[in-house]
Amino acid sequence: MSRFALFLATTATIVVTGPAAAQSMQGMNMPGMTMPAKQPAAKAKPSAKSKRAPAHRATPAKRSTAPMDGMKGMDHSAMPGMQLPPSGQQPAQGAPQPMQGMDHSAMPGMSMPAGQQGHDMNGMSGMNGMAMPGMAQTGTALPAGDAPAPAPPMDHYADRMFAPAEMAKARSDMMFEQGGQPFHQVMFNLAEYQARQGRDGYRWDGEAWFGGDINRLWLKSEGEGAFREGIESAEVQALYSRAVGPYFNLQGGVRQDLGPSPKRTYATVGFEGLAPYMFEVEGALFLSTKGDLLGRLEGYYDQRITQRLVLQPRVEFNLAAQDVRENGIGRGLTDAELGLRLRYEIRRQFAPYVGVSYLAQTGRTADFTRAQGKDPTTTSFVAGVRVWF
Amino acid sequence: MSRIIDRRQMLRGAALAGGGLALSAYMPAWAQTNSTGLATPLPTVTGNDITLRIARQTMMIDGRPSKAIGINGTVPAPLIRLREGQNVRLNVINDLDEDSSIHWHGLLVPPQYDGVPGISFPGIKARSSFLYEFPLKQNGTYWYHSHSGLQEQLGHYGPIVIDPADADPVQFDREHVIVLSDHSQISPAAIFRYMKVNPGYFNYQQQTLAGLLAGKDQTLKERMDWGKMRMSPTDISDATGPAYTYLVNGHGPRDNWTALFTPGQRVRLRIINASSMTTFNVRIPGLRLTIVQADGQNVMPVEVDEFQIGVAETYDAIVTPTDNRAYTLVGEAIDRSGLARATLAPHAGMAAEVPALRPRPLASMKDMGMDMSSMAGMDGMDMAGGGMTRGVDPTAEKNPSARLTTPGAGMATGAMAQGGSAMPGMDHGGMDHGAMAAGGMAGMDHGAIGSQQGGMGAMDMGSMKMRDFSKAPQVKKGPGVQTISPMPMDRTDYPGQGLEDVGHKVLVYRDLMSLTPNPDVRAPSRSLDIHLTGNMERFMWSFDGEKMSDVHEPIPFLEGERVRINLINDTMMGHPIHIHGHFFELVTGHGDHAPRKHTVIVQPGGKVTWDLTADAVGDWAFHCHLLYHMHAGMMRTVSVRPRGEAA
Repeated sequence: MSRFALFLATTATIVVTGPAAAQSMQGMNMPGMTMPAKQPAAKAKPSAKSKRAPAHRATPAKRSTAPMDGMKGMDHSAMPGMQLPPSGQQPAQGAPQPMQGMDHSAMPGMSMPAGQQGHDMNGMSGMNGMAMPGMAQTGTALPAGDAPAPAPPMDHYADRMFAPAEMAKARSDMMFEQGGQPFHQVMFNLAEYQARQGRDGYRWDGEAWFGGDINRLWLKSEGEGAFREGIESAEVQALYSRAVGPYFNLQGGVRQDLGPSPKRTYATVGFEGLAPYMFEVEGALFLSTKGDLLGRLEGYYDQRITQRLVLQPRVEFNLAAQDVRENGIGRGLTDAELGLRLRYEIRRQFAPYVGVSYLAQTGRTADFTRAQGKDPTTTSFVAGVRVWF
Repeated sequence: MSRIIDRRQMLRGAALAGGGLALSAYMPAWAQTNSTGLATPLPTVTGNDITLRIARQTMMIDGRPSKAIGINGTVPAPLIRLREGQNVRLNVINDLDEDSSIHWHGLLVPPQYDGVPGISFPGIKARSSFLYEFPLKQNGTYWYHSHSGLQEQLGHYGPIVIDPADADPVQFDREHVIVLSDHSQISPAAIFRYMKVNPGYFNYQQQTLAGLLAGKDQTLKERMDWGKMRMSPTDISDATGPAYTYLVNGHGPRDNWTALFTPGQRVRLRIINASSMTTFNVRIPGLRLTIVQADGQNVMPVEVDEFQIGVAETYDAIVTPTDNRAYTLVGEAIDRSGLARATLAPHAGMAAEVPALRPRPLASMKDMGMDMSSMAGMDGMDMAGGGMTRGVDPTAEKNPSARLTTPGAGMATGAMAQGGSAMPGMDHGGMDHGAMAAGGMAGMDHGAIGSQQGGMGAMDMGSMKMRDFSKAPQVKKGPGVQTISPMPMDRTDYPGQGLEDVGHKVLVYRDLMSLTPNPDVRAPSRSLDIHLTGNMERFMWSFDGEKMSDVHEPIPFLEGERVRINLINDTMMGHPIHIHGHFFELVTGHGDHAPRKHTVIVQPGGKVTWDLTADAVGDWAFHCHLLYHMHAGMMRTVSVRPRGEAA
């Protein structure tokens, strides 16, 4: 009922825009409806409320207005015939538009319980809304109700027209395609020649991943060597990586050391991601099969000098919880590496660079190295290519 | 690089001169086109029985061959011209070695003919065909495209015009269909992967140290604030100029597709944005555009100088060129990394100056859903963030279309580089008046903004939470949600990023009013919030934090139900949101004359409200029409069921 009142209120406001504020309902031919000829404009306000509050529908008739006894027999099909006076918004080109296409049969809540007879016409006072200037209370100007949302259907509509098995396949393909596909990347952030005092060498630091947005398989590898002497140190890691936030991935897996030093195997857990201020950071703990615990922190920042020229300061710290004598590692901060590399992105995938790298062993690690008669610090001028595919 | 191009241009000029044409290398770049002006109309199919054949082909763009998927041998696909009230049978033959489909964008058709594999039908298998058959219950400008994989990017799109059964309320003497699109030499799969791996892959207009030192773009303080938030204000669009050549009716800017007119004629332009990823800002310097239709629905005429057209939107505009001269139609990519160009001229072979690409905009705090107007002293912020005040990074790169924009040779990338030195193009003759005006304004306001930047800097960005899920309880928490707009505003009065101060009238959604009263003027019985969510760092896109590929339920509606939908953009990028099988009425203060649309741009950090009458029973696709956003998961199924049938 109140919805019906609401409808009338909306049509009324179409009328409102016309200048004749005191218009009667004579222009509307609604069979079966008896309208009060005129109502004081002052009663306009409750109508706005009634739109919001369906509870009003149960209000017993206090002010007795003409009961809508014809409600049940109301001929909705006749309603499109209502000729509405042109509103202010009517197009100049067109004649006044009837309320065409208005599907009354689809109006929810139109079914009237029998007990609705003698319903309070308060809701109808919206008709007097004509007196409220400038209120275009119809269509999209109306506030939304708070009806509950329906339950989602359990079926797929297209299954009615096409073979359900075929649709199921198409549906799973489509869903997988929109957001489910795996991707991959192989990237060497560092792949470089290192010019050092005495013995030139090489260095790499790369990673490869495969997987979806959340779960990925990562491979990481880094190492260095000297020409003629071969690989000095090298490691590979195989990690399961899971996105744990918008910027960070948690990673766990194994690390295997290769090269001349004892070939240790570690269990590893770590993280990598984008820190505030756009720093790429990475950290990991490594627990060897012998019970040694190592740690590593890495970070770099890509400073664009131009669209293609990028300066990358980079730091790496290695830590140990104990001495690992056979690897020459001492407890505490074992080494720190500072790098500064300037690359030019010919393509995003291919960027040659030059730079400088300074590696300093510290504390007991440095002592072990000195004891071997070697220099615990190394300065390298580097040239390489940052590449991904 | 520019030298090579110049030589190419000269060769091209020489070749044309050899063909007996009076072109030479001395002519301005915009006049050196590949052709004498392709004044040929689009191939057209019509009638009750239409055959469309989807196949791989090569297309020529600015003299270069490019791989494509076309229909009946053309890209765009042929214009399908029909009449309201007729029935049409469309036999679609798929000659590809993969599944394909055609979705009739904006047409109200039975659900089994809507053309979305996995939702409306199983798709059209490789080397097979499918018969679509439906009555036409509407008229206007629409389009059609593949809904399979990334085929749309390769050229699988075409225009539809349905003539009204009765007299057309729009008066015109002549019409042209203008299909705007973006085409790449890079395969769509590679484009998608590059953005997944490196979301800034195609952005060559980032902020740099060179720009900072030159006093361009954001100040150091602002850059620090944005860096702290891990956001880039240059994220205006993701697949952009460096990836694309922008096309008009399948032709590149140098091809100079030409629409003919006789001076004094009322010319109706049916403009369709069939791009995969490009929001265009469309204008014709020297002509006012009277918008008479949006998304195939007649609107009360609105006169504008420019309008932003989101992917999949259509606008019909009337222009009345009175002078016997050529005009340039410019479709500028939203991030100003390139443009689509066509010419309106009395004769083929004419060309007009192509206005310079205007400075690329920068996202502002408003684009992150922060209502700065509510904070004292913050008014200048938007401008400051708009990148209009300090000029653009001198190293920003544009695509080759920029070379057409200013008279004289040797512009190339240097033009953009110089652009940063002032307002780009300010010292060049090719600058259009609108942009000049913007420059003037920027200059005027500069002092005021400078004085307010202190206030902004003093604000702790962290104090306004960027990812407060209590603001959006329905959004699923996860790595795919980078931000939640803390104060999303209705931005339907906003012309679009970079169009705030162009010095002339730009269409806003609130200007649009339906020509006729809306068919359903009931109040919505309920309302529904849908959050547009994403993570630019991972190139993840979703609704309410859930991708299409995630396990989720459809968005349910009851037949005949009228529902108010609030689209809340929690991302810093605009999204053109499209619902299949329905039109909706934008809630923009026009009561029963709300504009009816099938696609609407939800501006960054903003909100759009529309009322939907769910009158088409079936399952329907609902998605962001940026192809790679949809492909990344920004899609849902909407289900409409009769009342008694609902589970």
